[in-house]
Amino acid sequence: MNVPTADPALEADAAVERKKKSKKPKYSRFTQQELPACKPLLTPTIVISTFALIGILFIPIGLASLSASENVVEIVYRYDTECIPQQSQDDKVAFIQSSATDKTCRTTLTVPKNMKAPVHIYYELYNFYQNHRRYVKNRNDKQLRSKEYELETTNCAPEATTVDGSPIVPCGLIAWSLFNDTYSFAIQNKAIEVNKKNIAWQSDKDEKFGSDVYPKNFQQGGLIGGAKLNESIPLSEQEDLIVWMRTAALPQFRKLYGRIETDLVANEQISVTIQNNYNTYSFEGEKKLVLSTTSWIGGKNDFLGVAYLTVGSLCLFLALAFIVLYLLKPRTLGDPSYLSWNRNPDRH
Amino acid sequence: MAGDGLTISREEEEEEEERSLAPLPSSGRHHRRKSSASAASRDGFPNPAHVRHLSRTETERLASSQRELADSNSRIVFIGDPGGSDPRFETPRNSIRTAKYSPITFLPRNLFEQFRRLSYIYFLAIVILNQLPQLAVFGRGASALPLAFVLLVTAVKDAYEDWRRHRSDRIENNRAASVLDPQSGRFLSKRWKEVRVGEVLKVLANESIPCDMVLLATSDPTGVAYIQTINLDGESNLKTRYAKQETMSRPPGEDHPVDSAGVIRCEQPNRNIYGFLGNMEVDGKRVSLGPANIILRGCELKNTAWVIGVAVYTGSETKVMLNSSGAPSKRSRLETRMNRETLLLSAILIALCSVVAICNGIWLGNHSDDLELAQFFRKRDYSDGDDKKYNYSGIGTQVFFAFLMSVIVFQIMIPISLYISMELVRLGQAYFMVRDANLYDESSNSRFQCRALNINEDLGQIKYVFSDKTGTLTENKMEFQCASIRGVDYSGGRVSSRDNGEAHYILAAGKQILKPKMSVKTDPELVRLLKNKGDTEQGKRAREFFLALACCNTIVPLVVDTSDPKQKLIDYQGESPDEQALAYAAASYGFVLIERTSGHIIIDVLGNRQRYDVLGLHEFDSDRKRMSVIVCGPDKTINLFVKGADNSMFGIIQNKVDLSMIDATKANLHAYSSLGLRTLVVGMRELSRKEFEEWQSAYENANTSLMGRGKLLRAVASNVERELHILGASGIEDKLQEGVPEAIESMRQAGIKVWVLTGDKQETAISIGFSCKLLTEAMTQIVINCNSEESCRNKLQDAVAMYRKFAVISPDPFENALTGTGSTKVSMALIIDGISLVYILKTKLEEELFKVATACDVVLCCRVAPLQKAGIVSLIKSRTDDMTLAIGDGANDVSMIQTADVGIGISGQEGRQAVMASDFAMGQFRFLVPLLLVHGHWNYQRMAYMILYNFYRNAVFVFILFWYVLYTAYTLTTAITEWSTVLYSIVYTALPTIVVGVLDKDLSRKTLMKYPQLYRSGQRDERYNLKLFTLTMMDAVWQSVATFYIPYLAYRQSTVDVSSLGDLWILAVVILVNIHLATDVFRWYWITHVAVWGCIGATLICVIIIDCIWTLPGYWAIFKIMGTGLFWLCLLGVIVAGMLPHFSVKALKEYLMPSDIQIAREMDKFRRINAATMEIQMNRFSMLQL
Repeated sequence: MNVPTADPALEADAAVERKKKSKKPKYSRFTQQELPACKPLLTPTIVISTFALIGILFIPIGLASLSASENVVEIVYRYDTECIPQQSQDDKVAFIQSSATDKTCRTTLTVPKNMKAPVHIYYELYNFYQNHRRYVKNRNDKQLRSKEYELETTNCAPEATTVDGSPIVPCGLIAWSLFNDTYSFAIQNKAIEVNKKNIAWQSDKDEKFGSDVYPKNFQQGGLIGGAKLNESIPLSEQEDLIVWMRTAALPQFRKLYGRIETDLVANEQISVTIQNNYNTYSFEGEKKLVLSTTSWIGGKNDFLGVAYLTVGSLCLFLALAFIVLYLLKPRTLGDPSYLSWNRNPDRH
Repeated sequence: MAGDGLTISREEEEEEEERSLAPLPSSGRHHRRKSSASAASRDGFPNPAHVRHLSRTETERLASSQRELADSNSRIVFIGDPGGSDPRFETPRNSIRTAKYSPITFLPRNLFEQFRRLSYIYFLAIVILNQLPQLAVFGRGASALPLAFVLLVTAVKDAYEDWRRHRSDRIENNRAASVLDPQSGRFLSKRWKEVRVGEVLKVLANESIPCDMVLLATSDPTGVAYIQTINLDGESNLKTRYAKQETMSRPPGEDHPVDSAGVIRCEQPNRNIYGFLGNMEVDGKRVSLGPANIILRGCELKNTAWVIGVAVYTGSETKVMLNSSGAPSKRSRLETRMNRETLLLSAILIALCSVVAICNGIWLGNHSDDLELAQFFRKRDYSDGDDKKYNYSGIGTQVFFAFLMSVIVFQIMIPISLYISMELVRLGQAYFMVRDANLYDESSNSRFQCRALNINEDLGQIKYVFSDKTGTLTENKMEFQCASIRGVDYSGGRVSSRDNGEAHYILAAGKQILKPKMSVKTDPELVRLLKNKGDTEQGKRAREFFLALACCNTIVPLVVDTSDPKQKLIDYQGESPDEQALAYAAASYGFVLIERTSGHIIIDVLGNRQRYDVLGLHEFDSDRKRMSVIVCGPDKTINLFVKGADNSMFGIIQNKVDLSMIDATKANLHAYSSLGLRTLVVGMRELSRKEFEEWQSAYENANTSLMGRGKLLRAVASNVERELHILGASGIEDKLQEGVPEAIESMRQAGIKVWVLTGDKQETAISIGFSCKLLTEAMTQIVINCNSEESCRNKLQDAVAMYRKFAVISPDPFENALTGTGSTKVSMALIIDGISLVYILKTKLEEELFKVATACDVVLCCRVAPLQKAGIVSLIKSRTDDMTLAIGDGANDVSMIQTADVGIGISGQEGRQAVMASDFAMGQFRFLVPLLLVHGHWNYQRMAYMILYNFYRNAVFVFILFWYVLYTAYTLTTAITEWSTVLYSIVYTALPTIVVGVLDKDLSRKTLMKYPQLYRSGQRDERYNLKLFTLTMMDAVWQSVATFYIPYLAYRQSTVDVSSLGDLWILAVVILVNIHLATDVFRWYWITHVAVWGCIGATLICVIIIDCIWTLPGYWAIFKIMGTGLFWLCLLGVIVAGMLPHFSVKALKEYLMPSDIQIAREMDKFRRINAATMEIQMNRFSMLQL
């Protein structure tokens, strides 16, 4: 409104008018995008101290986990080939499938170091894809949980029903393939008790597996996948099954078999009797028996300690490198002379 | 409005006329005056009161509408008889529907609209694939969730918008109209939506018109009604409409009950708001109806007590409704680029899927014997005794299935949520742009408008700005500055800076005081001269000069009340601001146009009211470039007054005149135009009785002829406009808008080239160029104004040779010019006119012009037609990758605005067509600077980061899934639960990117405004390019490796189950990508904190909830694994190891190779801005001194 000599009354009118319905946006720090804000910047101090801090934090953690892993005593014994008699080595599958052969297998293990109770007994399978898509979904959690859903066998094919159509409980490939090797231990002919209680998660026993669901028609088909279940024990008590049905994440996995509640002394000879029933021979699998103590980082695994040490020392190195860099090539932060158009003004 | 390039050119010769390069079509356009001629026939002269000057396109259209109406194709309306007009209820009621959906049609229609997006089809296909039992990777619910979510959000948004439209429709439809009741003959109130075709309505002053109506009667005895069409085309001046005399005499109503004899035949509804064709039969007489007899819905009645009309088009058939079309849809550069990267991602996706499928096949092949019995595979089904295969149909099929399944599993490689995030972010950005107080224009009370919602980020990459001049660079508020009378220059008013107290010429009429709304500074000498009663020749000429200014126009004076009851203002309404300026100038010098009725005008000449009969008016046309009136003054002399462009006027002057006077006038004109003033020459001739009679008969013949009326009228005009005395010339200042030179300087620094495209003549364009600092004295001007192809070619070749010559001096100016860093040693300006462009555009010379133009720093195109403006925009658009922006305010800018990548309309003086066609609209040219430099920069930076981040975020996740698949015998098992998979991109990580996309600012507004050079980062695509994309993807691969393999190696040979490890992975990846975002955030507001940390918290809660559902295999897993130290160590390790490369590279790059933006950030942070600013200002100051 750049009227040179506009009438004042008119201007006043216009001002009133404008005020009445001005669309001028109301000022607020939000709408003008002027909210208070923190503006972090990677200054040399911040960069160096970040790296140094990580280094200082990670190296002790790495050392601690390495030592924890060192303290874990572990006995690993692969028995799948050794437990096949010499004459059956050529056709292991036939040996394992035959119901007539004696599958008992004995061996002695030496305790390398003192093992404090509880000593965990694991079986370890290799090349067994518990995470295979066909397998991992082949279960029905409703059926496992309550008797009402006994007939619920969706996803369970081909182990859903018997030939006459009555449901298999528990149905599905996972339950069907339940691991059925057994181990017993003795020191100097004195049997060591293996505690098989509380090897499964309490939450699974309480919620996932029903106390009124009893095995039915299980392992009755033409092909035996694994262990049979005692039909008089409800699923919530079948801890081996529960452990087995927590499908493993990776094709090489351990599952808890039981615990030895007594300490094992170094150099003790443990004689192990293995019932080698489970068929891993048809798919080039491996079976191992593991006795292990635990620590705060779980079983024996040096990886994390090494990883932490590596990352920690890398960070310390980077901190040093950045210090050197900042000393060798100093640059004032926010110096306008570094702006591209100030650096080469003729290209402006 | 209809987008057909329709323009209304204005009166004066200088400006904005469409240069008609082809001969005008011969048919006339005066058909609508036929009726008014008869209306005013008692004066013996046709009535020229209503004059509008139309462009060629409109003339053509009107000409075509002169064709006879075919009866079969016309609408028949019985006046006052809706039943007869529309017996079968075929025409719509007057209710309107701007809403797109009804509650019933909402679902199907909205879905249909949404699925027009190709990517949605992709996601739908995946959902459908997933429903096949062999391929069911996810549960049914989980697979459809992301798509359903995206569709739902969009649908809710659409529904809300539609609900608002419904509400406004309802209000509109329920407004009251007064409709004639045929029985009682009284006007009864009825709701708008119930109005039917054929009904007779009465509209009072200041009321809106409910439907398109043919006028039957008005309160004015001559049948004139004034309407304001601001809602229709945005023009605020009043337009005149007429009722036919035949119906005027007996308005329907109480006195004259409607007889059904009145029948109107008119064309079927169409969207041409400037055309109407029909005829009316009253009392057996047939009268024709034109656009001047119809008033349209959306207009307001002004200055007329009442009108009565009959509804001819209602509801959806009204012209305003037929013209309502949405904002144009454009796609932003960034989105186009993004689609390229999306294709790349698809390629990666297909590669991943192929790897999985092939490995799957190999694995199956290697293990084909083993799998018969393997417990986890069970190829054979023994359940019912037969030996058949369970769910296995050969390697080939399995491979194929594996491929499709992996597409399903890895689908989020293409980020579905990105599309919805982008829309939300743009919405947020638009909110802030609209709310920005810096983009609010006080004078027009208009906010910034975002009409297109999908090209916000383009504002950050503009390289070329094509600007209109009038109304864009200048205010389009004309001010009379100088007069040259008989070669004597009177510029006193311009020079005297103090307010001249006597400037107001006040008319006292009884107790009433009338004065013009605006006054002009007057030249005291000229005022004295006028007061001397015309004793001298000079004084006589001066009086005639101002008399000519007062009567040779089409201005309608309106008397407006003010707060002071004794005082009234005269407001000059007219379509041309120049005419208004001249009329106000005449008024200030004592020649006040007080009244215009049909046939005569009343002018207060220095205190005496005098009546002048307007006997004839020759309108402006682009051939003659002048207009003239023939008036009969109080002394019964008949005078012809002509005003026009100098070149057209000096051709028709009297031969035996004082040549020195002409030369002096020419010198004055030259002086005026070099000051940037718009000049007009005024001349007159006294007509003898004989001459007048000859003219009159020719004029009436021409006026009543049916064929070629326009041509005949033009011939009549040319015949009489000759042998003129030159009275003088006027200089009108076209004021620059506030802050234009500064804005142009800022844009120049920002590497934006500003080209001015104007309809003005060369001298005016150049002078405006200088006054807005576009041109400087140091520049070498290359002027091209030729009128043959040959000379154009030579000129261009000379220009090429010239810049080659300069190229020898400076290393590579052409390259520099192309990259936007033109050398300062030689700066060139190209000035080219419309005629030359005719020979250049769309010919072989275009390439040459492109080379020259891009090498020049400034390009000024003058005398260009609207289509040529678009042609120049596409000259750049088709040859370079640079983004173009067109800004303009007038209808003649529409084509340019639509052609450019970004079109901006100035909501100013000229109509709203430019705004309607634009993507963004604002009040002032200078807002371009904060819009581009601040909002554009932010939008671009935010959107670019958001797109890259979305790609990265989804890629990390997909790669984690992929690594896991390698350990599941390639069978597409996911450790992460399917619910987490689908929630990942829509819940776990969506909100922070949106918040950052809306709020984050790399630099403060102040810094961006201080250093326009920072804008160049957008022009160079610094924030989004293939290199950045590749680096981001590499980072994504590394982070996925870290996220997957650290837990993998730590948990290998352990008792961990699928779900626990899955929970670890999902938590790790969500925290990692959020930390990644956190390291890139420039400004932490509390909202950002809430979004980033809240999202991590929300993820944890979601994972916990999922693990509390006992039907899922992962029941309680999260609690178990969170209880172990290994979990926390893995989490920490993943985050640190994952972030290490990103953080180190970022720190290194910011320190060693800081971008301008980085340095500016540091300055921002350490408050070095102020010191630096001082320095810059000093520099600028010294530059100015030089």
